[in-house]
Amino acid sequence: MTEEIRLRRYQAPVWSEPIIMEMGHQGERGISIAEVEEAVQTAVGDAERYIPAEMRRKELPKLPELAQPQVLRHFIHLTQENLGMEENIDIGHGTCTMKYSPKVNEILAGMPQMTEIHPSQDEDTIQGILEILYKFDLMCREISGMDQFTFQPGGGTQATYTNACILRAYHEAKGELAHRDEVITTIFSHPCDTATPTTVGFKVLSLMPDENGYPDLEALKAACSERTAGLMITNPEDTGIYNPRVEEYVNAVHKVGGLCFYDQANLNGIMGIARAREAGFDACHFNLHKTFSSPHGCMGPACGAYGCKGELVKFLPVPVITFDGEKYHLDYNRPHSIGKVREFLGNVEVVLKSYAWTMAMGAEGLLEAARVSIINNNYLDKLLMTIPGLSKPYAEGKFRLDQVRYSWEKLKQDTGCGTEDIKRRMVDFGLQNYFASHHPWIVPEPMTPEPCESFSKEDCDYWAAVIKHIANEAYTNPEIVKTAPHNAPIHRIDDDVLDNPQKWAMTWRAYLKKKKGT
Amino acid sequence: MAKEKPFIHPYIPNSAPAIKAAMLEAIGVEKVETLYQEIPESLRFNQKLNLPEPFLAEQDLKKHVKSILFKNKTCEENLNFLGGGCWQHYVPAVCDEIVSRSEVLTAYAGEEYGDLGKFQMFFEYQSQLGELVGMDVVCLAVYSWGQAAGNAIRMASRITGRNEVLLPKTVSPERLATVKTLCQPATMPGHIDIKLIDYDTRTGLLALDDLKSKISSRTAAVYIENPSYLGFIENQGKKISEIAHANGAESIIGVDPISLGVLAAPADYGADIVIGTAQTLGIHMNCGGGMLGFIATRDEEKYVAEYPALMVSIAGTVEEGEYGFGWCTWDRTSYSVRDDLGQIRNESKDFIGTSSNLWSIGAAVYMALMGPHGFEEIGKLIIQRSHYAMNLLSKIKGVKILLSPNTFKEFVVNFDETDKSVKDINKALLEYNIFGGKDISKEFPELGNSALYCVTEIHNQKDIESLANALQEVLAK
Repeated sequence: MTEEIRLRRYQAPVWSEPIIMEMGHQGERGISIAEVEEAVQTAVGDAERYIPAEMRRKELPKLPELAQPQVLRHFIHLTQENLGMEENIDIGHGTCTMKYSPKVNEILAGMPQMTEIHPSQDEDTIQGILEILYKFDLMCREISGMDQFTFQPGGGTQATYTNACILRAYHEAKGELAHRDEVITTIFSHPCDTATPTTVGFKVLSLMPDENGYPDLEALKAACSERTAGLMITNPEDTGIYNPRVEEYVNAVHKVGGLCFYDQANLNGIMGIARAREAGFDACHFNLHKTFSSPHGCMGPACGAYGCKGELVKFLPVPVITFDGEKYHLDYNRPHSIGKVREFLGNVEVVLKSYAWTMAMGAEGLLEAARVSIINNNYLDKLLMTIPGLSKPYAEGKFRLDQVRYSWEKLKQDTGCGTEDIKRRMVDFGLQNYFASHHPWIVPEPMTPEPCESFSKEDCDYWAAVIKHIANEAYTNPEIVKTAPHNAPIHRIDDDVLDNPQKWAMTWRAYLKKKKGT
Repeated sequence: MAKEKPFIHPYIPNSAPAIKAAMLEAIGVEKVETLYQEIPESLRFNQKLNLPEPFLAEQDLKKHVKSILFKNKTCEENLNFLGGGCWQHYVPAVCDEIVSRSEVLTAYAGEEYGDLGKFQMFFEYQSQLGELVGMDVVCLAVYSWGQAAGNAIRMASRITGRNEVLLPKTVSPERLATVKTLCQPATMPGHIDIKLIDYDTRTGLLALDDLKSKISSRTAAVYIENPSYLGFIENQGKKISEIAHANGAESIIGVDPISLGVLAAPADYGADIVIGTAQTLGIHMNCGGGMLGFIATRDEEKYVAEYPALMVSIAGTVEEGEYGFGWCTWDRTSYSVRDDLGQIRNESKDFIGTSSNLWSIGAAVYMALMGPHGFEEIGKLIIQRSHYAMNLLSKIKGVKILLSPNTFKEFVVNFDETDKSVKDINKALLEYNIFGGKDISKEFPELGNSALYCVTEIHNQKDIESLANALQEVLAK
């Protein structure tokens, strides 16, 4: 099927842009600042008199000096050297759900009624914002079965951090924190499920998969004890394998008094089909910048919508939004709250976009999105599994949900070309590199695509055709894969610099110093 | 009754029945349910989600959402004097133009070859911010200033092996709450003890005696903010850093970078770790959604190793003279927290994930537009206009300005000698389309019935006079 597809003769824009720090000329201006009014000048005098001598800046910052058209052109060139979801078939980014972010939502979020709002405004003047937060909370409750949500976490990781804080508060309230110091997760759950409880101060155990790819249930039962504070897992995991016995895992943890958190950063494949509540979970989170369409923004602004049920609700960060039937309010009077995980109300504009998306989808649309994401994934799987050198470890004969973690182990053995080589080569065909895997690579030479509902059959066909073409190249002309990319904005990078303190440079000033030194 | 139409959604190409059927056929199943048969019946949600009826037509959706948004009153139609952690500055059109471009708006975690532009913009953000704060290493966005403060304190704790931090009592309560959460309560093993240092209620300046009495060999860091939450400029930064260093502690200084064209770079008065937010650099307030935090240090391994956040390094490529970029010391981050057996690596450093990096691109554009003179001029203008406001307000009967005159853009206005509370005054100001300063009477009871006013470059002489006139009238009533 894929042979018939004509691969695009892509060539990325190559602008060879200088670094902004080496551009422009002394005296150029990118923007003019308003002049101080005469009356103001007369009344208050020069600004310097209000700055204590030792706090005055002696030398101006060495920033570039460019006129506006040149600044604009530079940054436009740089954006052109970037492949957004809208520019390419972004199927490769598994676990990221690169779905379409409707343009109308950008227009709405760009209105001054969103952008020009201060979070400390009087409640009466932000009723619209509060209404959106409140109503989207109600929707998230329905979609998850949880009892209340907060949108304060500025990303999925901050949401799992919120969960770790609530775990701590819950056991503390019960007087059991002193001995409950362990959190259990799985190796195929996101690393944040390990990192955030560690930051809070828990010890974290990661369950390895059994031979079928499921987290080892016996190992979980063995790990459960009166020391267990909670479980933090995904399902389906990064492998796309749904664990049908998840309830048993939840029950085992509940039995010893632990809480169960469902990391649903990527809810997409089961949205409207299965909920956290029915599987017995106490809490969950959704990444609004994934499942709920808010654009990824080169890694944020994002929102990890965190919900929980029953007696956990009282621990949610402050404020929570209440409605008295007439007006919306911010409630800070929550004595059991864990406090704040970040300032103000969170990335409200992200919630607005997700609210608009959900209101465009409805219940039927959410279910359709989930179902089509599963169809797309299994269709792509059919295409990919005809490709030499590629395998799909675990759960043989079982359908995967929204994504699959494949392995190029055989291709690497056969040709010397591994997953990193293929990733680089993809850009030559106008595709963003795919996501391999989080660390550690339990699946050797991994590849994790996720063809969510935004991608058409032709998109899937093209993506698979590129992968097949590259695999064939690996067998026939491996050099072209190993030396890739060839049509990207730049050539292969000298990675050695990145971990070398003598060579790395995070700023232009550091770069100049090190260059001079060599 | 009309025949039921198939559900075809414009966001879902394969919702069209014919194509869906063809795909199912290619997969070799008859119905989609077969593909998720692994989900047991007992765990299925076999009802229709009880959600509001959707607006399938875009025009209806737009109308609906706008009808809600229009219930907000904006800082464009009203004169806003709120600051305190989220600030209204002018956002140049070029900043909006770049962050709205789909190539960056809709990109995510692509690597250097597909997303070269993103990496270069990140490097340019780090480079320019480094010039403003006077540091050689700057990381990408963490969630907020409060998060950056908490992360910096935890970095200092790991570097020094100590578990106590000293902060001035004048620190922003909102940020302090975030810091507290990150420092963990005393019941947890990694707890960092937060001790607050007194201040001079006349000037706002840190009480050095109290600092000296509280600092000890347990102190990991001393953290101050400049300009402070209450607006005053802390001029003892050098002394405070020296006291910290003499006791083996790190000096952490939180700054608002829009002040750094006129205020000294924190590196020049002893900071080891500089933090703050870049929200003031060309990012809309978004009701607090414009937040992003930064961390900056000297280029020393001991610091770089402790950063939780991602950072981009410039690098060469196989082509002579070509700039490439990549993630510096990726294995340090929480993405790489586990070893091959799933065990925690010793070096795990808090956590990072998707945060607010689109705003770091907006800030990169802003800094390039402003240049050195733009920062100098805006700094001066803000000081002059805010002092003009202080000047006018202080002439109103019963109104006093506290912690002045060394302030940048915010200042404390005290109404003790009037017969009205800040709450009532602000309610009354709403009638004049004015958002009065933030009520801090509960946050800082020692400052009495006071509000924190913020005046920036967006407030011209007329705006300031409108405020003064309105306050005069409100207080005379």
